[in-house]
Amino acid sequence: MFSTRNFNRSKPVLFILILFPSLLWAYQFVTGNLGVNPIEKLMDELGLMALRLIIITLMITTLSNIKPLKSIVVLRRMIGLFAFFYVCLHFSTYIVLDHFLDMKFIIQDIIKRPFITFGFISFLFLIPLASTSTNNMIKRLGFKLWKKIHYLIYPVAILASMHFYVLVRADKTEPVIYMGIIILLLLHRIFKRLTRPQLAQ
Amino acid sequence: MKILGSEITPYKTYLNRRKFIKGSLASAMLATVTSSAFANHDSDLSIYTKNLNENDKLNSYEEITTYNNFYEFGTHKKHPHLNSGNFKPRPWTIKIDGLVKKPQTFDLEKILSNVTIEDRVYRLRCVEAWSMVIPWQGFQLSELIKMAEPLSSAKYVQFVTVFRPEEMPGQQKRTIIWPYREGLRMDEAMNPLTILATGLYGHEMPNQNGAPIRLVVPWKYGFKSIKSIVEIRFLDTQPETSWETLAPWEYGFYANVNPKVNHPRWSQGTERRIGEFKRRETLMFNGYEKEVAHLYKDLDLTKFY
Repeated sequence: MFSTRNFNRSKPVLFILILFPSLLWAYQFVTGNLGVNPIEKLMDELGLMALRLIIITLMITTLSNIKPLKSIVVLRRMIGLFAFFYVCLHFSTYIVLDHFLDMKFIIQDIIKRPFITFGFISFLFLIPLASTSTNNMIKRLGFKLWKKIHYLIYPVAILASMHFYVLVRADKTEPVIYMGIIILLLLHRIFKRLTRPQLAQ
Repeated sequence: MKILGSEITPYKTYLNRRKFIKGSLASAMLATVTSSAFANHDSDLSIYTKNLNENDKLNSYEEITTYNNFYEFGTHKKHPHLNSGNFKPRPWTIKIDGLVKKPQTFDLEKILSNVTIEDRVYRLRCVEAWSMVIPWQGFQLSELIKMAEPLSSAKYVQFVTVFRPEEMPGQQKRTIIWPYREGLRMDEAMNPLTILATGLYGHEMPNQNGAPIRLVVPWKYGFKSIKSIVEIRFLDTQPETSWETLAPWEYGFYANVNPKVNHPRWSQGTERRIGEFKRRETLMFNGYEKEVAHLYKDLDLTKFY
C-alpha cells in the first residue's frame, strides 16, 4: 500500500524528471544540436511530450481505482500542469520560431488546416483547466462545478491525438496507439459509471 | 531569374574527379580522426557554387544525406541515413517497357557510357514546406528517352522504384503500396531541366538519396523525384502515382511547386530553407517559371495540382 506521503515524497524527483527534457531541448536548440531542421524537431518533441503527459493524467485517474494505488491521484495536478507547460512551449515555438509572429498567416493556418485547428482548440480547452488548478479555485467554484470544468480533459486528449494523427503522412501506428489508449481509458470510465451501485438501486 | 548553368563533364573525367575526392576524403580521415567526414567538400565547392542563384546557398553534404524522405528505409527523416547501409546499388538494371519500339533491359553502366554527366545545382522543395539546394550530378532524362525509342503514341512516362524488403526495411511495412511509383507527362520528361541523377557533391549517389539512379524534377515537389529507379514505362494514359493513390485530395499528379495552391496540411506560401532560421517565400514552379511555365499554359493549376 502506497500512502499519500509516499507519492508526495516522489514529487520533487518527478518534477525534475519531467522538467528536464525541456531544458535539454532548449540547450540543444541553442547549441545547434537538434539536427538539420531544429525548429521542426523542437516542435515535434514538445508536442509529443505534451500529448504523453495528457495521457498520463488520464491514466492516473484510472490507476487510482486500484486500491494500493489510490493515493497516486495526488500526482495528477502536477503532471497536468506540466502538460500545459509543454503545450505552451509547443505553441509558442510554432508562433515565434516557426512563423515569426506573422499573425495574419497564423490565423489563416489555424482556420484552414484541420490538424492545426484540432491542436489549437485542444490548447484553448486546457487554459481553464490550468487556471482552475489551485485548491483555492476548487473551493471557490465548488467541487461539483470544478469537476465539470475538468471534464474538458476528454476533448483535450481526443483533439490532441487527432492533431497528431492528421499530421502524420503515412504509417499512423504511433498516433493510433495513443488514440487507442485514450479510448480504452474513456471506456473504462463509462463502464465504471454504468456499473456504479447507486445507479442500480 | 538566372537560368541555372551546367558544367558539362565527360563521364570519365567525372569518375576521375570522384576518385580524387574519395582519395582526399581518405587522407583527410587519416590525418584527423576527429574531423567530420564531410569536410573534404569545402575545398572544391567552387565547382558548384558558380552555378548558384544569388539568393541561394548550397546545403551541406551532411544536411543533404541525413534529412531525407525515403519511406523505403523508414518514415522518419533520419531513417534513410540510419537504415540504408545494407542496400546494394550495384549491379543495377533498368527495364524499359510499354509503348516503345523494343522493350529491353539496360545495364546501368551501359546507360552511363552513352550519356554526358553534368553538374546541376537545383533547389529541392518538399511538399512539407522545407527546401534545400543540392549539387547533383546526372544527365538529362531526354537522353535516356531517346535511347528507349518510345512510340509516338506514348504520352506519359511512369517510373518504378526497386522493391527489396530485405534491404529496405521500410518496405516490410505497408505504409504505402510498394513499389513506389511516379510519373511525368512526356513534355515534362523531355524538358532539359529534368534529369536522372547518379551523384551529389561528386560522390556516387548515397543510398539514402536514391542510389544508384533517381529522378530530379526541380519545379515539382520532392516526392515526384522518385528514387532507385528499376523500371520506366511509356504509356498513353496518365499513370497512377503513389502519393496520389494514397491521398488524392492532398497530392495530385502534377505536384508543381505553387505558393498559391494550398495543401490541407502545409501552407505552400512559404518554406524553411534547411540551415536558415526564418522562412522564405516559395517561388512559383520553385523559381523555374521561365523554363517550365509554358508547359502548363492551358492547365488550371488549382484543379490539376
